[in-house]
Amino acid sequence: MKKLIIETRHLDLFYGSFQALTDINLGIEEKNITALIGPSGCGKSTLVRVFNRMNDTIEGVHTNGEVEVLGENIFGPEADLIALRQKVGMVFQRPNPFPLSVYENITFGLEIHHSRSKKEFGEMVEQSLTDVMLWNDLKDRLDRSALRLSLEQQQRLCIARVLAMKPQIILMDEPCSALDPIATLRIEELMQELKRNYSIVIVTHNMQQAARASDYTAFMYLGNLIEFGNTKSIFTKPVQKKTEEYITGRFG
Amino acid sequence: MNVQVEQKIAFSILFLCTLLVVVPVLIILVIIFVKGAGALNLGFLFEMPTNGMTEGGIFPAILGTLYLVLGALFFAVPLGVLSAIYLVEYSQETVLSRIVKLAIVNLAGVPSVVYGLFGLGIFVLFLGFGASILSGSLTLGIMILPVIITSSREALESVPQSFRIVSLSLGASKWQTIRHSVLPHALPGILTGTILGIGRAAGETAPILFTVAAFYLPKLPQSMFDQTMALPYHLYVISTQVPGIPETIRYGTALVLLLLVLIMNLAAIILRYQFRRRKKW
Repeated sequence: MKKLIIETRHLDLFYGSFQALTDINLGIEEKNITALIGPSGCGKSTLVRVFNRMNDTIEGVHTNGEVEVLGENIFGPEADLIALRQKVGMVFQRPNPFPLSVYENITFGLEIHHSRSKKEFGEMVEQSLTDVMLWNDLKDRLDRSALRLSLEQQQRLCIARVLAMKPQIILMDEPCSALDPIATLRIEELMQELKRNYSIVIVTHNMQQAARASDYTAFMYLGNLIEFGNTKSIFTKPVQKKTEEYITGRFG
Repeated sequence: MNVQVEQKIAFSILFLCTLLVVVPVLIILVIIFVKGAGALNLGFLFEMPTNGMTEGGIFPAILGTLYLVLGALFFAVPLGVLSAIYLVEYSQETVLSRIVKLAIVNLAGVPSVVYGLFGLGIFVLFLGFGASILSGSLTLGIMILPVIITSSREALESVPQSFRIVSLSLGASKWQTIRHSVLPHALPGILTGTILGIGRAAGETAPILFTVAAFYLPKLPQSMFDQTMALPYHLYVISTQVPGIPETIRYGTALVLLLLVLIMNLAAIILRYQFRRRKKW
């Protein structure tokens, strides 16, 4: 069994008095793709936002239980949010490049962390764009506005922006929901490439996507983790009745 | 009634109302230009008034207004922008923050003469700055503060939330996020507020009446603790207080005030355009 990079123990999460996650116990392995599925409002996006503590930006959120990411308790008193988010990158639902050039989008994180000298920026841009298979298309247009790219290219750019930070984990929150089916497949292919070097957690409302693209699948319902396991076995012989009902399309 | 006719009537009323807004502005501009353009020459702009202000130039008033506007911006822009950042990015919805926001709105509604009295009380007398460029700039600064805060707040609030979220998710701190992914996109809007502030600060008479403006000074101000002449007050003086001032000088002064505001606005607009171009929306 591979190393666990994310472990939650008895994780509860509340928005004010509303409990969004209940007693989540989950272990996610490195260099795999783990899919979180479930109907709207089941807490899958909330859960993925726990892993880089993006829920902190919402007022009135509090958590119980323990979450270890890359061996560190991220809710501990010594937790370093900035270091955490460098190691755990995030790709969002809608492609959201900054209204800057392609080049500036990639270097944004590097500038912030002063982690590279300006001389290395060029290499980092080329490396990141190559990794998301955009370099050949864009190498002559690096100074163009990122907003003029196609949606798929924009989403690839957002992934490249994360890769430039040299993260270990990439969280993807329904990364294909704004894309057409062909672009969706191509992003899934990209994820297969990326998983050689990165661990990926993807939230998706698209069961086929989870079945196609992921190694492990977690099924969530009403803030509870109902079932977690190998994707193949979840989709072929689910243990829980709820899981079976969901993947056969009886609700959600 | 026929729909077509109704349509025509509605259109005509709307058009007339719009025209009514434009006409007075045009008339004012034309009159001032026609009557004042004759006075405009280098001597008028760059010489001291002579012979009881009936001859010579209005240089000290032009310079004074420039000093006062720049001084007001010097105080109001940093203070206004920083408090807008605090209100939009940091403060939570509490009773206190609501009171602060309400206070800003009310500050915008205070008559300018009240600012003048306030400036007289605080800066001139209590802090002992006397009637001086410093007192006048501070008073004008407070007057334009609400304009700058309000437009800065609107500019900050119009920056998409996703910019902040992405920036934070890349490991930027809150301040880095504001500095790198919010402020640059809010700058054009902030500059719009500054432009409005320039216009008000340059044109108001009442706030400078008690705090800085001099009836007549034979020499230019030497420091920020000196009084100065200023265009709006000078215009008031030569139009109502001193008999026998030629009409061209009065209208020429008004024209210079208008042009000065126009030029300063133009500078700010060009600056704003530069920022917008860099943004590549």
